Amino acid sequence: MAPTNKYSILLPTYNERNNLPLIVWLLVKYLGSEYEYEIIIIDDGSPDGTLDVAKELQRIYGDDKIILRPREKKLGLGTAYIHGMKHATGNFIIILDADLSHQPKFIPDFIKKQAEKDYDIVTGTRYVGSGGVYGWDFKRKLISRGANYVTQVLLRPGVTDLTGSFRLYRKLVLEKLINSCVSKGYMFQVEMMVRARQFGFSVAEVPITFVDRLYGESKLGGSEIVGFLKGILYLFATT
Amino acid sequence: MTVPKLFQWLAGVCSFMTVWLAYVVGYFSVNLRKEYHEIIVVLPLYLLISFACYSLAVIGYRVATFNNCEEASIELKQEIEAARKDLEKKNYKFISDWK
Repeated sequence: MAPTNKYSILLPTYNERNNLPLIVWLLVKYLGSEYEYEIIIIDDGSPDGTLDVAKELQRIYGDDKIILRPREKKLGLGTAYIHGMKHATGNFIIILDADLSHQPKFIPDFIKKQAEKDYDIVTGTRYVGSGGVYGWDFKRKLISRGANYVTQVLLRPGVTDLTGSFRLYRKLVLEKLINSCVSKGYMFQVEMMVRARQFGFSVAEVPITFVDRLYGESKLGGSEIVGFLKGILYLFATT
Repeated sequence: MTVPKLFQWLAGVCSFMTVWLAYVVGYFSVNLRKEYHEIIVVLPLYLLISFACYSLAVIGYRVATFNNCEEASIELKQEIEAARKDLEKKNYKFISDWK
């Protein structure tokens, strides 16, 4: 493993006052002294004072480890990544949700996997091997598996989990992908993988567990499903 | 530039349907036993139904075998506890958030 690799972790936040200190603590725990890293917090003007929490964490862990890149208001996820990446000093970028559904303990797996064949992207998968979810009822699992199956059949993306957003990217690769993606929301994550394949980037997967702490507070209603289908059909017709 | 998936599908389905239709309307004749002929006439429908059944079976199997990661949830809860204690030690200013 090249000791010169540095990992910039991007954490876009909106109203994550309670989760942010925990996710940062976990990141520090699992990246510790073994890896070179920085945590870039992109807060979109959260009314709950997430930014104050971030500042406090910066005081505790140091401004070489915690970097703040706040924005005025809630803007798109893609632009949050670009905004956060502007001053990132790592050659790799790690993206995960700040709400603790993604566990930092898997990051060393991502890093090892990347080094195996010098992959451009390593993506977490809930659908393979020891991967899985916690806190999902039957309906949620059915929608997830059904949507995943439709995506697999129509797009043949070469990866098993497209909507997950726990990923490691080579920095230049992520920049190129973001600039070529037009979808919003979680379709953005799908499009990133489809475009990655189009550009010929190498992608590997590691199993992850997804812990849903909202306990079945399903965000998947009828309009989300329609939106998903529209997004898939758009990619189906254009890529 | 790759051909979009939509056109790959259209190309595949159209070429199959062209051959099938040509056979069904008698554009070309092949010496087949009557049973085979009967099967070919309804072949597109058969294929569609088989694909639907296959899809339902795959999705059903995957839902049934979707890992339920109870340990991950338990571990996370323990880690949250440890994190709170440690942050308290580090004089984290907002400990009142979880008190």
